[in-house]
Amino acid sequence: MTVFVKVMLKPGVLDPQGKAIADALHRLGYGSVSDVRAGKLFRVEVDTDDPKAAKEAGEQMAGKLLANPVIEDYEVLLEAAGAPTGAAR
Amino acid sequence: MSAATAPRVAVVVFPGSNCDEDAARAARNVLQADVKMVRHDERALGDPDLVILPGGFAYGDYLRSGAMARFSPVMESVAAFAGQGGAVLGICNGFQILCEAGLLPGAMLRNEGLRFVCRDVFLRVESKRTPFTLAINKGDVLRMPVAHGEGNWTAERRVYEEMLARDQIVFRYVRSDGSRGEGGNPNGSLDDVAGICNVRGNVVGLMPHPERACDELLGGTDGARLFKSFATTRMAMQGA
Repeated sequence: MTVFVKVMLKPGVLDPQGKAIADALHRLGYGSVSDVRAGKLFRVEVDTDDPKAAKEAGEQMAGKLLANPVIEDYEVLLEAAGAPTGAAR
Repeated sequence: MSAATAPRVAVVVFPGSNCDEDAARAARNVLQADVKMVRHDERALGDPDLVILPGGFAYGDYLRSGAMARFSPVMESVAAFAGQGGAVLGICNGFQILCEAGLLPGAMLRNEGLRFVCRDVFLRVESKRTPFTLAINKGDVLRMPVAHGEGNWTAERRVYEEMLARDQIVFRYVRSDGSRGEGGNPNGSLDDVAGICNVRGNVVGLMPHPERACDELLGGTDGARLFKSFATTRMAMQGA
């Protein structure tokens, strides 16, 4: 199964990268952009057909390595019909 | 104790470390140390008096600085050594690794200005409770270089307040006159923190490079004061 792990800086943690991207978008004329936060998305292939096991594995990997809980939050999403379920548009 | 044996210093070498030889050289020149270079995939530290995690870009800084290095076999030995009270000094990338490994609190963010910063900075000694600052006066200002893109140290407010209460802030960025303010902090770190220690005081991490400031030829010797302080502390402990 394919597991997506979405990692974002916690709310309130300064994101200089996101700020620079927002500034660039403003310069491109996207004046309606009020905020940008930069994050990471990992696509992990897990050898199992059990969604529960895949999600559990993803949670563990995120907690141990993919995210740093001091500064980052994570979300584990399972792929369904080609797109991560629950992924925000 | 003039007959004291030479200290043994283990310098850990990760794939991507690039200040390991500088650290070894500083240990040899300032401490007259017997230096052992320990690879990331080794476990035997060689019964050292001091372990140095040097600067560089361990594992290419992939994922986050220090995140991969943390899982090297050698880090199990470093954690055990630190747990027994052994002296550990993490410099720059070594500091990032110590944070990722949970041996020091907090985490690193990208520099506030988004740029890699490579210049001399001024550090004020904020605590004498570590072996590296015991023989330096609190309030002394040291000049040494920084060279990093991800040295913006931060911690949760609650954690930081505990650290303040326990005197765990060892160095702060200041201006040349020792005052905090505009121009002192190169990376936007919380409260101008440049270096910290664990609760026990035996594990210290700092972003600036003391090993690059141990020779007049390289522009200054303030960094040597950390190593000299370690030697003084060790001798005092041996004499006790």
